[in-house]
Amino acid sequence: MTKQEIIAKLPYSKPFLFVDELLLINENRVEGIYTFDENSDFYKGHFKDNPITPGVILTEVMAQIGLVCLGIFLVNNKFNKNTSIALTSTEIDFLKPVFPNEKVTVISEKVYFRFGKLKCKVLMKNEKGDEVCNGTIAGMIV
Amino acid sequence: MDKQEIIEKLRSIVKPYSNNQNAFDNLTESTDFISDLQINSANLVDVILDIEEEFDIVIDNQSMERMLDVQSAIEIIELKLSEK
Repeated sequence: MTKQEIIAKLPYSKPFLFVDELLLINENRVEGIYTFDENSDFYKGHFKDNPITPGVILTEVMAQIGLVCLGIFLVNNKFNKNTSIALTSTEIDFLKPVFPNEKVTVISEKVYFRFGKLKCKVLMKNEKGDEVCNGTIAGMIV
Repeated sequence: MDKQEIIEKLRSIVKPYSNNQNAFDNLTESTDFISDLQINSANLVDVILDIEEEFDIVIDNQSMERMLDVQSAIEIIELKLSEK
């Protein structure tokens, strides 16, 4: 499956699609990028007059690129419109703030994919190459 | 490995995933992973993977689907150990 096909299969749309492009994907690893749109609604309130990307959104970016894209690649043609997926656990450390218009790179490595559950070690870097968050995320086909 | 030894190993494997302390303290062969210990289906996968590692066996999909309580886990572990 090509990188474009994987993105087309993602079950998200604006304003909750957080994958711009995949740079690399194989059965153990995925790398992808996303640029935060300064007009995103959450910046209006997080924080008041001081827009910083919420940790839950960083987690979502890591999950969409690091877990869901890799999951679609691994499940391959069995992934379709009726496939139902769920986030099952996250454990993330947040190291640096991410501001509007920043472009981030997510790098994810598979820990295991067994019995429909995918668990990955995921990290996010900013354009300077600094790590902004990292951790472990797992999800399942339900 | 006798049954009691397997139960003791299972007890330490399920401990971090159990959400019912009372059921965990009273764990027996008839204890159900989901309804008694309240382990969710995502963590049940981790229980199975920890069992694989602890006993150095491979659990196939069919066995995994049956492995819902202590008794069936013991049966599957004993079977897989005997096949080694």
